[in-house]
Amino acid sequence: MNIKSSELCREERAIFELRGIYEQYGYEKYKISKFEEYALYLENKSFLPSPEVITFTDKNGRLLALKPDVTLSIAKNARSASEEPEKLYYNENVFRMPRASGEFREIMQLGLEYIGEVDLYAECEVLSLAAKSLEALSETCVLVVSHMGFVAGLLDECRLTGLQKEKILSCIGSKNSHETERLCHSFGLEQELCEAISAVCSLHGSFEETIEKARLYIKNEKMEDSLLLLRDIWQVLKGEFNCLILDFSVINDLSYYNGLIFQGFIDGVPATVLSGGRYDELMRRLGKDSQAIGFAVYTDQLENMERQRGGYDLDVLLLYDDKAEAEKLSAAVRMLTANGQRVRAQRVKSDRLSYKQLLRLGEGGLEILETNA
Amino acid sequence: MKQMLSIALPKGRLGESVYKIFENIGLACPEILENSRKLIFENEENAVRYFWAKPSDVAIYVEHGVADIGIVGLDILLEQKPDVFELLDLELGKCRIAVAGKKDALKGADRKLRVATKYPAIASSYYAEKSREIEIIKLNGSIELAPIIGLSDVIVDIVETGKTLKENKLFVLEEICDISARLIANRSSFRFKTEAIENLCENLRTRNSGVEKEKIQ
Repeated sequence: MNIKSSELCREERAIFELRGIYEQYGYEKYKISKFEEYALYLENKSFLPSPEVITFTDKNGRLLALKPDVTLSIAKNARSASEEPEKLYYNENVFRMPRASGEFREIMQLGLEYIGEVDLYAECEVLSLAAKSLEALSETCVLVVSHMGFVAGLLDECRLTGLQKEKILSCIGSKNSHETERLCHSFGLEQELCEAISAVCSLHGSFEETIEKARLYIKNEKMEDSLLLLRDIWQVLKGEFNCLILDFSVINDLSYYNGLIFQGFIDGVPATVLSGGRYDELMRRLGKDSQAIGFAVYTDQLENMERQRGGYDLDVLLLYDDKAEAEKLSAAVRMLTANGQRVRAQRVKSDRLSYKQLLRLGEGGLEILETNA
Repeated sequence: MKQMLSIALPKGRLGESVYKIFENIGLACPEILENSRKLIFENEENAVRYFWAKPSDVAIYVEHGVADIGIVGLDILLEQKPDVFELLDLELGKCRIAVAGKKDALKGADRKLRVATKYPAIASSYYAEKSREIEIIKLNGSIELAPIIGLSDVIVDIVETGKTLKENKLFVLEEICDISARLIANRSSFRFKTEAIENLCENLRTRNSGVEKEKIQ
């Protein structure tokens, strides 16, 4: 099959390109069925980006759901850690309700998961595949990295209820240092802790500088370990990518994510286009002994990029009328398409589509009516 | 060329005073002061673009990335919960959200409380925390009218000086929270215009603490 990349829309091109990258690193394509038992999502509701799920009952009365997410299904079916690691990628439609719209949408999701024993190399590999994915989508991109252990370690020092922690985390996540500090004080934390926690909101920048700044707030081993891991990762990846930055205010649900987390942005798209992290906690909740790291690319976000398509809709618009014989017309179309041109044959002129050439099949053969190129 | 920074300002007094501050910290765009019907104002030299938006729409513009940053009241943020960075408390436009009504409106917790408000999300989460059953009546303006003519028992609304309430013989019954103007930023824009946005915040912070000092002296 011969595919011209100009025929593909941005989204399709991205999917082709990313699949190529993942295949190159030995990741296998994973195909899942459309439905899953609803209970899986009910038990792990906060793992999903939006809690709404389309459900229905099958003929046995089981409650099923149209998949809102792929990672949970992959994690649920993962092998035990003692076997060789699973390196998988998927390209599936999922059904979600984006926060603003209030209606369900079918979204094409592309993602990659590494399940097994996750060592430093594995973390670097997944992170670099995430960075490569972003670079393939746009030249101007940023991959923001953090480690949940840093914030989690800091919160371990505070005597707080789960709800209080949640409130603080959500403030940190929106870089809201004034509110974070106010909350910490109202929960009765010591001045030093209040300052450290609100400082996390603005701990971001290049790896080297940010790790240096973060060092000032180390309170326990958990925090120190997270910085050491980030430093090691940087040692491996620093020569290869320019798009990596560190930001400790990037956070995700502590009950699923426990280590490295990251978010990708590309210029011109107002929301996150890539999101992922280390999710050993989810594996543990699902009763698995393996570790896991992975990410998803939200290709639907690419639709929002400037909608300019270069050039014309068609190379040739071929007009015909009653006098034209179907046989001759068919031969003409075959001849034109054989040159690789995009040809559309119809009876009337189009004011909707743009074309390079307007041809007509008359009695004497093809005649050129208009040339726009 | 420097990247343009798009700023959404809320129409009205708050937006105007915020623009004055921005002007003082090197983000002037003189065109904006001319009395015209234009909606967008650009100054290439300072690399800024301003536009006026309905105050309750500012967060929407920022979340969708057409404005990189915006100025918006905390009331709107609490009500709409947009997915944006909230970078700074400007300590302007200070007021509070409160429950108000006739003096004995809250007496008798044995029946459903009727609450008229522009802020259904704030009102319902406030009463959900108190486990009180309520009925929300969403209004778009002249909220104070509701308890007077018996549409609702109480209102949940912004109180600045309390003058309107007083004139209508209504009282603040409970305070929900303090409100002030906040600087918000789009999550993606922040990554690509980090320096410009951080400089702006830093300048505003320095200015704020300067104003504080003046007050003390």
